[in-house]
Amino acid sequence: MPEFEAWNIERANALIGDHIGSEGPLLPILHSFIETFGYIDTAAEPLIAEALNISRAEVHGVVTFYHDFRREPAGRHVLKLCRAEACQAAGGDAIVARAEQRLGLAMGNTAADGSVTLEPVYCLGLCSVSPSAMIDGRIVARVDEKKLDALIAEVSR
Amino acid sequence: MSALRIYVPGDAVAVACGADEIAALIKASAQRRKVDVEIVRNGSRGMHWLEPLLEVVTPQGRIAYGPVELGDVEGVLDAMLAGGGAHRLNVGIPEEHPFLQRQTRLTFARCGIVDPRSIDEYKLHHGYKGLANALANPSSIIQQVTDSGLRGRGGAGFPTGIKWKTVADAKSDKGLADQKYIVCNADEGDSGTFADRMIMEGDPFVLVEGMTIAGIAVGATKGYIYIRSEYPHAIAAMNAAVAAARRAGYLGPSVAGSQFAFDLEVRAGAGAYVCGEETSLLESIEGKRGLVRAKPPLPAHQGLFGKPTVINNVLSLATVPTVMDKGAAFYKNFGMGRSRGTMPIQLAGNLKYGGLFETAFGITLGELVDDIGGGTFTGRPVRAVQVGGPLGAYFPRALFDTPFDYEAFAARDGLIGHGGIVVFDDTVDMAKQARFAMEFCAIESCGKCTPCRIGSTRGVETMDRIMRDENRAANLAVLQDLCNTMKFGSLCALGGFTPYPVMSALTHFPEDFGAPPARLEAAE
Repeated sequence: MPEFEAWNIERANALIGDHIGSEGPLLPILHSFIETFGYIDTAAEPLIAEALNISRAEVHGVVTFYHDFRREPAGRHVLKLCRAEACQAAGGDAIVARAEQRLGLAMGNTAADGSVTLEPVYCLGLCSVSPSAMIDGRIVARVDEKKLDALIAEVSR
Repeated sequence: MSALRIYVPGDAVAVACGADEIAALIKASAQRRKVDVEIVRNGSRGMHWLEPLLEVVTPQGRIAYGPVELGDVEGVLDAMLAGGGAHRLNVGIPEEHPFLQRQTRLTFARCGIVDPRSIDEYKLHHGYKGLANALANPSSIIQQVTDSGLRGRGGAGFPTGIKWKTVADAKSDKGLADQKYIVCNADEGDSGTFADRMIMEGDPFVLVEGMTIAGIAVGATKGYIYIRSEYPHAIAAMNAAVAAARRAGYLGPSVAGSQFAFDLEVRAGAGAYVCGEETSLLESIEGKRGLVRAKPPLPAHQGLFGKPTVINNVLSLATVPTVMDKGAAFYKNFGMGRSRGTMPIQLAGNLKYGGLFETAFGITLGELVDDIGGGTFTGRPVRAVQVGGPLGAYFPRALFDTPFDYEAFAARDGLIGHGGIVVFDDTVDMAKQARFAMEFCAIESCGKCTPCRIGSTRGVETMDRIMRDENRAANLAVLQDLCNTMKFGSLCALGGFTPYPVMSALTHFPEDFGAPPARLEAAE
């Protein structure tokens, strides 16, 4: 299970400082926020805008454009299931349906108890051993019902 | 006695099949047995149905075992310690396996063989020979790449040498010191493709070398490798390779002791498919939303930060060292028509023998799917194959005689794209696939141009009506009209090529766009 620090401005400013000297620092800064805090706090946007001398709207636009930059903390576990064609061809749709049913959760949502966020991903590059999944950054290939149930048990703990 | 050398692939496919746990178990078991083993985390050979494919070095060569599961480790280790002995999972010498025997590996010559972390091993296997030739005659690089016939492997198939020439000749504004960039597009988002990932994880120095040669050729001193965030292993492998190349003096102010400076930086994407489009990717590196730019100006004239930029796919750049090592004529000798050299083809989806198959252009789709891929793993008949990712056309069996060649696929309203083939059996609903193509475009559209942004959403709605058998004939006309608008009115390939899967599904599988009997009964 990933461990994140609570949002704090000093730490955020330090992270901005780590990247501000590079060309095009905005994405590296946002990635470092995700790695550190697990999400991008609303308070981060004016901070970054000020440091990079761009408008808050520009920062907000970038944060909301990319799927990776979540604006709220995820569940304790993040389970991503691939929904792209190669996984569809290997029975991925049934795996997705089973996961939604077993977790009582539609794709793109976090369980009420905060245990897990279920998300679609469009291709993990494991298309020859599909369907595939990613759980807390760990990749899993050839996901069948048995493997899925083990993943669900893992996120439910 | 020297340690027993065991290869356990560190490629993401092997890792996703349990290779990390297996490597740990081998280490623990060897300690318990008091035998000295050296575990090398190599790339993948590309025989993915055998992953994790372990190998042991013996006097007869390397002997492979796969697919190894955790419960097999003790038995396999026994066989390995016996000098590559018999075991249920023994597949013999990998190079002699028919799947590899039938290939022509130029770009993937080292992948799965070398230790991807070792620059010394890279050099022992022809590594940096291309750079040496490039440094011996820098002014000839572009001519050599042009003569090789190498075309962009990202999908568009634009001649690499001509692109480089444009950047080399580009004058910067105000005549200031010419900052130019080399950008590697490693945003391999197409479903059914994984060749870029495999090269980056299995032979990362070849990409570093290719980009360095590109930098010397066009006068660029800085390069970026933009890798999608869904590829954490590739990002780690490239970062390690860049650091190692820098330490060894192959990157930095004096490349291999020459007067040329060149350095590289890895950048991670953030989950936007459209950033695989070259101008969107440049915007993303600049720290902006990945909005597609209108062309002209071409990136070759005004690319990254407005400077002249070579932007090439991983495979294009990774092929350059071979061209510079073996010569343009050697490379050009492979292939057919205007598609010269080899293409790393990726066999994916519902296929018995999936993986990476590099071969000269000209092999037919049928050979790839039936002979090499072995048909479906579900054992059901192959009904459709999608070639070239989510923006590629669906082909039925009737088109299996199409040779793998840029022009041959275009002539049949398809594209080879990045060389991915996704196989579907007869349970596939092609109307559903057409709807998915529109849905995916709607999710991933950058929103800049109307045909893509609105057209894809209207496309999903129209497909829903067709699938509900609502004014079917009229809605099919709307769908074709929408596809026409998207194809000719979109700024980039996302909106412009989404009509390929939609229209090919409709053209080749019209029966799926009728009213399925089951649904009619349910509605009554």
